[in-house]
Amino acid sequence: MIAIIDYDAGNLASVERAVSYLGFKCIVTNNVKTIAGSERIIFPGVGAAGAAMNSLKRLGLDLVIKQAVIDGKPILGICLGTQIIMEYSEENETPCLKIIDGFVKAFPPDIKSKDGSRLKIPHMGWNGLENIKKHPVLSNLHEDDEFYFVHGYYPNPNHSEHILGTTDYGISFASVIGFNNIIATQFHPEKSGRPGLSLLKNFCMWNPS
Amino acid sequence: MLSKRIIPCLDVREGKTTKGIRFENNVDIGNPVEMASFYYEAGADELVFYDITASHEKRNIMIDVVRRVAETIFIPFSVGGGIRDVDDMRNVLLAGAEKVSVNSAAVKNPEIISQGAEIFGSQCIVLGMDVKYVGESVKIPSGYEIVINGGRKYMGIDALKWAVKAQKLGAGEICLNSIDADGTQDGYELKLTSLISENVSIPVIASGGAGKPEHLCEVLTKGKADAALIASMVHYGTYTVSEIKTYLDSCGVKVRKSW
Repeated sequence: MIAIIDYDAGNLASVERAVSYLGFKCIVTNNVKTIAGSERIIFPGVGAAGAAMNSLKRLGLDLVIKQAVIDGKPILGICLGTQIIMEYSEENETPCLKIIDGFVKAFPPDIKSKDGSRLKIPHMGWNGLENIKKHPVLSNLHEDDEFYFVHGYYPNPNHSEHILGTTDYGISFASVIGFNNIIATQFHPEKSGRPGLSLLKNFCMWNPS
Repeated sequence: MLSKRIIPCLDVREGKTTKGIRFENNVDIGNPVEMASFYYEAGADELVFYDITASHEKRNIMIDVVRRVAETIFIPFSVGGGIRDVDDMRNVLLAGAEKVSVNSAAVKNPEIISQGAEIFGSQCIVLGMDVKYVGESVKIPSGYEIVINGGRKYMGIDALKWAVKAQKLGAGEICLNSIDADGTQDGYELKLTSLISENVSIPVIASGGAGKPEHLCEVLTKGKADAALIASMVHYGTYTVSEIKTYLDSCGVKVRKSW
């Protein structure tokens, strides 16, 4: 069973629908025991970092996630879930889970593309991946594959070995991060068509050594 | 780099897809769930559904359509039409829509934008604007006026002022429809689109007037739009999404080419 962590951070049904569509059993839950007893964990979320961290702590889920990292259980972070595993977020000046060293930063308000045109914030829409590291969850991707993003903040890991892929939006930012048994995407695989479903399927079958 | 989005728009009336010109003479053209699946496979980047069901009693048909679409496609889609309050928003979002768009209700009660943004997040809230060119005046400095009720009722509100205000209230995106261009297939309203897009920091989806791929190229470059809505040109099989994207790519417009 895959536990999709419910911490009052947006509608999680789309993740559940995508995982079920792929034929894997999953449950949307905030129950500490259910999550601790699951085979793998998906940690999604939309919304603001401050409120999300408060909910996680209130529900005791911060400790469950940290324990799962130690236990070697496969974990997939998505969007806000990806930001929350970092040390600290500039959004609401929020101390986060400190699973990966580095801050979550806001896109600068005057951000421009290479041709000098003004870029809008949030970064919303389809964008590609670059500098993709070899990883079982990122296998079978095509060169032109793009993913759906919606975010105004991005994770900025201190150590380059934690960056598994980058995306260009005026700046090059880490859009896939992770180490050992945890992998996390700033984009929404559940809303990214064929390549997104492929990534989710890879995760559902991933056995980190 | 971020791709420009190509977004087929499906008008749905009592569970069937329909298409009219300047909001009139609608004819049924298909099943919305099947059409959503078709466009998903064909490379659409997002979909927009407008519920144009006249009677409120039959709104649940739309919720069922939204639920079935969400089980079938794995790209974002928004639902608008007849959204009057936060409960209406919640119903379509829980049924599986990524975004909800408000139009007339927001003009009458702008607070619905801030309420929705606070509860569901700005990224969920799309402001739909129906706009008509009326000439520049003291009351309408931009020359573009907000109209509601399917283009029949003039509201005395300047479109540019309204767009800026809606952004402040928490709208995450604007779907900008030109009533003058809607259904004509003569091209988007470029002046209106660039005017709004350059004066807000949120993405603008251009709507109304798409008839050939050149129109999309114009509105995504000169018109400064972040995304383009299409309907007739793909609904009747004149063009495929893939053909449109190939053309845009050849013009140097960045689009998603792998799906």
